[in-house]
Amino acid sequence: MSAIPLLKVNDVSKFYGSRIGCRNVSFELYPGEVLAVVGESGSGKTTLLSCLSTRLMPTSGIVEYHMRDGQYRDLARMSEAERRFLMRTDWGFVHQNPADGLRMTVSAGANVGERLMAVGDRHYGNIRASASDWLRRVEIEEDRIDDQPRAFSGGMRQRLQIARNLVTSPRLVFMDEPTGGLDVSVQARLLDLLRGLVHDLGLAAIIVTHDLAVARLLSHRMMVMKDGAVIEQGLTDRVLDDPREPYTQLLVSSILQV
Amino acid sequence: MNDLAAYNFAYLDEQTKRMIRRAILKAIAIPGYQVPFASREMPMPYGWGTGGVQVTASILGPDDVLKVIDQGADDTTNAVSIRAFFQKVANVAVTTKTKEATIIQTRHRIPEEPLREGQTLVYQVPIPEPLRFLEPRETETRKMHALEEYGLMHVKLYEDIARNGHIATTYAYPVKVEDRYVMDPSPTPKFDNPKMHMSEALQLFGAGREKRIYAVPPYTQVVSLDFEDHPFEVQKFDKPCALCGAENVYLDEVVLDDKGGRMFVCSDTDHCEDRRAHGHAGALLARPTQESQEAAE
Amino acid sequence: MHLRDGVRLPVVANVSFSVKAGECVVLGGPSGVGKSSILKMLYGNYGVDEGQILMEHDGRLVNLADAEPRIVLEVRRTTLGYVSQFLRVVPRVSALDIVAEPLQARGVTAAEARDRAAELLARLNLPKELWALPPATFSGGEQQRVNIARGFITDHKILLLDEPTASLDAKNRTVVVEMIAEKKETGTALIGIFHDEEVREAVADRIIDVSEFSPRKHAA
Repeated sequence: MSAIPLLKVNDVSKFYGSRIGCRNVSFELYPGEVLAVVGESGSGKTTLLSCLSTRLMPTSGIVEYHMRDGQYRDLARMSEAERRFLMRTDWGFVHQNPADGLRMTVSAGANVGERLMAVGDRHYGNIRASASDWLRRVEIEEDRIDDQPRAFSGGMRQRLQIARNLVTSPRLVFMDEPTGGLDVSVQARLLDLLRGLVHDLGLAAIIVTHDLAVARLLSHRMMVMKDGAVIEQGLTDRVLDDPREPYTQLLVSSILQV
Repeated sequence: MNDLAAYNFAYLDEQTKRMIRRAILKAIAIPGYQVPFASREMPMPYGWGTGGVQVTASILGPDDVLKVIDQGADDTTNAVSIRAFFQKVANVAVTTKTKEATIIQTRHRIPEEPLREGQTLVYQVPIPEPLRFLEPRETETRKMHALEEYGLMHVKLYEDIARNGHIATTYAYPVKVEDRYVMDPSPTPKFDNPKMHMSEALQLFGAGREKRIYAVPPYTQVVSLDFEDHPFEVQKFDKPCALCGAENVYLDEVVLDDKGGRMFVCSDTDHCEDRRAHGHAGALLARPTQESQEAAE
Repeated sequence: MHLRDGVRLPVVANVSFSVKAGECVVLGGPSGVGKSSILKMLYGNYGVDEGQILMEHDGRLVNLADAEPRIVLEVRRTTLGYVSQFLRVVPRVSALDIVAEPLQARGVTAAEARDRAAELLARLNLPKELWALPPATFSGGEQQRVNIARGFITDHKILLLDEPTASLDAKNRTVVVEMIAEKKETGTALIGIFHDEEVREAVADRIIDVSEFSPRKHAA
């Protein structure tokens, strides 16, 4: 792992009026590092994710990103054009509901190829070959390339969404409950796939989840959030096996054992 | 008082014309950019060219010579009505000859005769937003234009090739204007797209229902979008026009009888008549002439 | 040690010892005295409230007790190995790939890593027809052997062993004892817990009695 952080988060807070979204969150994320943000619904983890991924403007605090040109940029000070460009090249965002991240009325191939076309790829044959390659990598049969995601199962849609995000080789991927709403066996397959991709591509990722098993399997590090604040963080297996905060202990002891 | 006195020249009041002219000037200043304007109710239904009529009414002067075509023809209902409308409300000279016209209002064609400096082509536009097919949100499409995010246009073309093996879009084929804005050239056949490029004439586009005006000033680059390995191509026709024998023009299919008889003739009626007047004859006209000669002998 | 409702259970205190390269130190003492906890602290799996855990990593001294997570992970990848008591299975991943993974994480090609994994599984007498299956449904002994192979496949300088032979038969115990001896020869420092007296005798250079570190004893 590199010694230079990819993302520097300094004292980020978000208020909705007088209500707290998240408060005083600081951390650094290094290239190739997978961070899980866990907590119950309403704990502020999705607000935090939105602040980091520029979908929401933090009320206070600074989020800096290490651009490919080696410079740190304050995300809040970037122009919208630059932010959107970053979103579709160097970043990925995997939504819980695949319909939010896919174009449901265009083919799987075009869904994967869109980012390539957006950055100026103008060779149909090459775009299609990349799309085909990515469908294979996310275990979607290549003969489904011209089908619309409407005809796909939930798990396939989620895998397609992942392929669509990874085709431009992003360095940072945000994921909001990527396995939410899927059957257990479908979840297992997706987790295994994500684990492999994250590892092979050296991706840094921030995964918001309420599922500690997902955090255990995918993440290197964990942050536990409660009432908008980070109450405990550290190495994933340390937090799960030796939780220090009463709330974390409660979360860990609430997992169903199979 | 006669009936005419009830209307201002060219139907619209002067304030409205000024407002529309400002929109037109802005559109000319930013080629391909859709300028919102306060579209008025016109004495015709939406879809009959209310946008084009407002643009024409705003630029029309007493000395102008107006030509109106619908799908290339001067004699179809829409063209005849609009021509009659402006004869009545502006008392301007009208013509069917492309060469003689100073303003040509068109629905879905560009005349075959190359346009000259000083001429203005006014398009009737139903849906001005080329991104609408894939992005229903107006806020989002505006942002995409502002930030030049046009990947989506190619998604549409990609889908075409994936489904048909080639770019099957044959009309309203998207173009990029002066290397900046992606524009819908209105539902003209893509056959006409190359005529827009570096045209000597001013091209104005009016969408009445959607309340947008956009423009391509003279000598402006207009490039049809494509892929490197699927370059833009215009339609080709196997046979020349059955009436005037013209090649490399856009042809309409005309059904002749109920036994499957049909012919392909110029969609541009003025161009066809002009050629025939100059002695050109297509297969359908050549034969009866020969027969009548035989009969005479 | 922290379990729930904020109850703090003092487990061990003032643990001090050091291990040299090529040495095998066994943590001894009755069960419940904190042997596993010490091992988990050494691995970074349990938090350390006070004190230091120093180890040589990549030519420098690292204090694992307060290292950043990414440093801990880096140390685990290249310096510090761990054979736990139970295998944590990953859905859909085959036994062979589970064993090969630590080598691949260090940059060895997939094919080579699998070859080495196959060698080790063969040596530990795991039936070949199991290699391609995910170990979730394996017996305790079979899972344990997968776990051992995964721990021994790399050349980590420090190896922590938490009862690796507990559910093995005599034949495989002997294999593990041989493997430990080989690790010692290559200069690996080993710290282990072995309840089986025979194995303990065979591998231990030194035994540390963990009951010495009982917090009650210190309080007294």
